[in-house]
Amino acid sequence: MVERTRTAWLFLAPSLALLALVAAWPLARTVAFGFTDADLGTLQDWRWIGFENYLASYGGRSYGLLLDPVWWRAVSNTLVFTAASVSIETLLGVVIALVLNADFAGRAWVRAAVLVPWAIPTIVSAKMWGWMLNDQFGIVNHALLSLGLIAQPLAWTAEPGLDMASVVMVDVWKTTPFMTLLALAALQIVPREFYEAARMDGAGPVRAFFDITLPVIRPALVVAVVFRALDALRVFDIVYVLTSNSVDTMSMSVFARQQLIDFQDVGYGSAAATLLFVIVALVAALLLTAGRVRLGEGGVLR
Amino acid sequence: MTLLRRAGFWLLVAAILAFALFPFYYAVLSSLRPPARLFEAAWLPEDWSTANYAAVFAGQSFGRNILNSVAVAGSVVAVSMLVGVMAAYALARVRFRGRATLLAAILAVSMFPQVAILSGTFELIRALGLYNRLGGLTISYMVFTLPFTIWVLTMFLRELPRELEEVALIDGAGAWRTLIDVFLPLTAPAMVTTGLLAFIAAWNEFLFALTFTLTDGQRTVPVAIALMSGASQYELPWGSIMAASVVVTVPLIALVLAFQRRIVAGLTAGAVKG
Repeated sequence: MVERTRTAWLFLAPSLALLALVAAWPLARTVAFGFTDADLGTLQDWRWIGFENYLASYGGRSYGLLLDPVWWRAVSNTLVFTAASVSIETLLGVVIALVLNADFAGRAWVRAAVLVPWAIPTIVSAKMWGWMLNDQFGIVNHALLSLGLIAQPLAWTAEPGLDMASVVMVDVWKTTPFMTLLALAALQIVPREFYEAARMDGAGPVRAFFDITLPVIRPALVVAVVFRALDALRVFDIVYVLTSNSVDTMSMSVFARQQLIDFQDVGYGSAAATLLFVIVALVAALLLTAGRVRLGEGGVLR
Repeated sequence: MTLLRRAGFWLLVAAILAFALFPFYYAVLSSLRPPARLFEAAWLPEDWSTANYAAVFAGQSFGRNILNSVAVAGSVVAVSMLVGVMAAYALARVRFRGRATLLAAILAVSMFPQVAILSGTFELIRALGLYNRLGGLTISYMVFTLPFTIWVLTMFLRELPRELEEVALIDGAGAWRTLIDVFLPLTAPAMVTTGLLAFIAAWNEFLFALTFTLTDGQRTVPVAIALMSGASQYELPWGSIMAASVVVTVPLIALVLAFQRRIVAGLTAGAVKG
């Protein structure tokens, strides 16, 4: 038995060493950098400055990340993006899963087609939509103009308000298949007899959904929502490609990377990255408590 | 079903199909238009041209970028499968103290925001002399492929019957032989699933690839596509971008459709977005 335990640790050693190297150590270094004035050009040459990246005052005026309006704008952008995209994706995902769960000719083909957006790299989907939403030549403006729904072309990825809606839409397009798959997997564990029993009782399809289907698929949906929300909170690719560094849509990840790489301010950028990590961890704890999910037990994770 | 409800149902199916497929259809359509006519909107193919495809491969290092992506994704899959299956075997088949905590910690790592380790990883990659090299990407990608490889394989190996080890023990096989001779063949389907998901995740990764490479020749496909630029900043070469997008997406779509069942099984077991 002792020997088996030793073998187990031996088998685990390479993975643990790798994860220590590429996860634990870089995370610790990032947190540490947040308390320094490190600069990307001279990364070795830094000194401790305590909390000054977060909050500092010189000559009666206060500065720092905690007082940076652009950072807080990025935080609120990210929260808005997460709330909007995850709730639309969940709703659409469940509706599409219900359709796919019905028996109809060509169902396998439709299910395959629904997977296509998931297979497309995020960068590529952002570029594809960027082209479709192009203000001068885009097909979306062309269609809306010829239908008479708009009087002049809209700047989908530049107009304040509209740009965030575009980012959300592209994410919804790309990620709804994931929600659909998880909802569909959950739907398949609802016994058919339940529906027959409900029909006998004279319950309509809407009541049957809320009384029978939803309670059964709820645990799986909660897990899916948690995963998606954590994923949405670190959004980078779509925002960066679709609207580049615009303050209007800038997410926390885009803000941190801009500070780190474009402005070369490793100290300030690392402080933002650390705060992002704390926010994601807090939201994770909150969602897991609210959803009363124990990972590794309920629903899909078993 | 009444006629009206049937019609409504099929309308819904049609809407779902249009929503899912139109953007890709439109990318293919745009990529095949003659560059001169790209800026006239069209819903259906009118005249064909492969000029955009020729332009992608002629003017830029796109062929090289594809090879880079294949090399990075391939090595990521190889390393994370090899190391991951060993860890999963230990976590799934051996009872030891701290196992549950370890599994939870590994799952937590898979939810790390990549940006939160960006500066630390940047420093690490420079220290290892791997900045602007593909090896730097392979190593840094372990942070998201390894945890979920371990997780999915552990879930799978856990389901196999206990008797398997007993048989192996009677034969006097050690742990290493047991893993290779008994479990590995049985794990093959799960390995295909996790391997595919790891490949797709590495193929699509953008943030690290953008930050840890500098020159055209070292870029992977997503970075190359995102940074494609024309004569001026305001004049993006949309035809080339669409052609490049189609080139890198078609194999991926083929892969996903061919292994649909396996991928769905992996996603629902891992619940990790690729």
